[in-house]
Amino acid sequence: MIPLHWYLLVAAGMFALGVYGVLARRNMVAIIMSIELMLNAVNINLVAFWRYMAPENLNGQAFAIFVFTVAAAEAAVGLALIISIYRARETVVAKEIDMLKW
Amino acid sequence: MGDIFTTIYNFLLSLLIGLGADQVVADAIITFLAAAVLATCVLLILIFNIWLERKVLGRIQDRIGPNRVGPYGIFQTVADLTKLLTKEIIIPSGADLVPFFLAPILMVASVILVWAVIPFTGKTIGTDVNIGVLYFVAVSSLGIMAVLLAGWSSNNKYALLGAFRAVAMLVSYEVPMILMLLVPVLLSGSMRMGEIAAAQSIWYVFSMPLAAFIFLIAMTAEIGRSPFDLLEAESEIVAGYQTEYSGFAFAMFYAAEWAHAFTMCALVATLFLGGWRGPGAEQYPTLGFIYLAIKIYVVYFFSIWSRGTLPRIRIDHVMSFCWKFLIPLALILIVLTTLVDKIAQILLINRFPNYLSMATPADMLPRAGILLAVNLVVGLVAIGWIALVGRRERRHQTAAEHPASVEAGMATR
Amino acid sequence: MVITPVTIAFFIMAAFTLGGSLGVVTNRNLFHAALYLILALFGAAGLFVLLEAPFLAAVQVLIYVGAISVLIAITIMVTRRIMGVESANRQWPLSALVGLLLAATLGFVIMDRFAGKFPVAGVPDDSLTRLGMALVSYEGMEAYLVPFEVASVLLLAAMIGAIVVARK
Repeated sequence: MIPLHWYLLVAAGMFALGVYGVLARRNMVAIIMSIELMLNAVNINLVAFWRYMAPENLNGQAFAIFVFTVAAAEAAVGLALIISIYRARETVVAKEIDMLKW
Repeated sequence: MGDIFTTIYNFLLSLLIGLGADQVVADAIITFLAAAVLATCVLLILIFNIWLERKVLGRIQDRIGPNRVGPYGIFQTVADLTKLLTKEIIIPSGADLVPFFLAPILMVASVILVWAVIPFTGKTIGTDVNIGVLYFVAVSSLGIMAVLLAGWSSNNKYALLGAFRAVAMLVSYEVPMILMLLVPVLLSGSMRMGEIAAAQSIWYVFSMPLAAFIFLIAMTAEIGRSPFDLLEAESEIVAGYQTEYSGFAFAMFYAAEWAHAFTMCALVATLFLGGWRGPGAEQYPTLGFIYLAIKIYVVYFFSIWSRGTLPRIRIDHVMSFCWKFLIPLALILIVLTTLVDKIAQILLINRFPNYLSMATPADMLPRAGILLAVNLVVGLVAIGWIALVGRRERRHQTAAEHPASVEAGMATR
Repeated sequence: MVITPVTIAFFIMAAFTLGGSLGVVTNRNLFHAALYLILALFGAAGLFVLLEAPFLAAVQVLIYVGAISVLIAITIMVTRRIMGVESANRQWPLSALVGLLLAATLGFVIMDRFAGKFPVAGVPDDSLTRLGMALVSYEGMEAYLVPFEVASVLLLAAMIGAIVVARK
């Protein structure tokens, strides 16, 4: 059987990599991908704690489902924004999108 | 009375434990073996399926079909396969190598993985996970990714164009398909494939014929067969996303396509035609395997038939048919059936105490009858509506082309 | 530590997850980064299976691999003219430091508080049914009807919003 901290370490590593990606990448699509990594790390944590701490009540799994929902909504709107900005400004580099209106 | 697969499993288990293996390790080894055998069998049976399809298609089109290699040309596929395997794999310049070779592998995997949840007999199923139906949906979404990978990595605009077209169509038709997958789940109250098959004392195709029909249409689109064969559309976009593939890589796409058709037929047989169920299948589980095979081939024959007789639809018609007709119809059907089913359950539970039971056909009869009535009403209304819309559209078209003829037509009428 | 099939599976899935994540944030070819994202998310799905949450694993593959990754890949294809290959920005050493510090802190807390914990109980057989009931019930311990409806509205709003924003 696998001890709990292995899962938590994997999730922590994934989250830290996601943070690095958000801070270091220039492309907005890459930033969205990194955010997805972070959300997923959270999900692994939720499910691991559910399994190891309280498998008899399902709050952990239910929370994971809501994280999925938010992730899907975030990806859809975020990518739509990127495509819209690309049409208007011909760029997807986060640094160059510095006007509030375009 | 055990079935043949359980017997083999017990034999292997005792053999491995006799050789000194641990129970866990022995189980793991047998699981791997079974998976390998199952995947290989699915791919091997394609040799027969491809021959059958070409033969039947030939007869439909008033030809003989393959007849040179072996008796009745049955080894034609073997010859074709040998040819494909010995050919060089040509890599287009500027291709993205890893995705280029990942795509065919993913494509085959997305199809083969589905067989893990298809119940062959009452007791034999790869793994009876409690989310079988969802597993199928998840796995088949890998195929879409494979199409996208193939189109992108070939560095060819026809391939990319074909991939975009294919993804748009596959994603669209996944919606009605998933909605109709809900029907067996709702009726049997389980996502386990094994339980869904076991619950069909009356096959769901009889209680929900419209659902089965919508599923069949969506399935035809998913496997890219005529009239929805726009994924390849060899006369329009060369061969779609697989334009640049040759040799063994092409053979894998080819195999995946046929295996996909066969797999979907197996799914229809399991979800709507009762799977392994049939007279005597509970006492002699091995019989269930034969029943399942017969049902799969009946559905498969239907699929070949539609492929041989229906012309290709234009891409915008395909999309609007899905979004403007199939999906609303599927939604209406699901909402109405669940609503009527619930009301009927409240009203009739005193007269038929076994209303929700699925044990015997007699128990299921009242519920099946009510569902059938709803299906027929929805289906007839849908057909009437589509006929009305079609007639109006034709009149508009004629009016735009020859304004006079409509006036004349009105006058004579 | 005993090597069993389960631990081997865990190591493979953890390697997928972490290796994929590393690929996502470091690979200069954006399309390859998206492929690594799929690998990472697939690894996470494997971890869900090992955690005996097969429903979440299937949903993970369906939503992330089947929907979000396809969306991301198509976005990359549409916007590829200017960003085929990209490098990290100038603050990447600082970002790496932040990431490492975060990982170290989290690792320390985890090892301090949760090292060597094992499950207190098995997963009940009817957990999937109960999960489904929890999402549509409005009283009792596990009542998520209102959050569920809010999530549905959120999805609908996101869908409409995405269409409005992305259309010309």
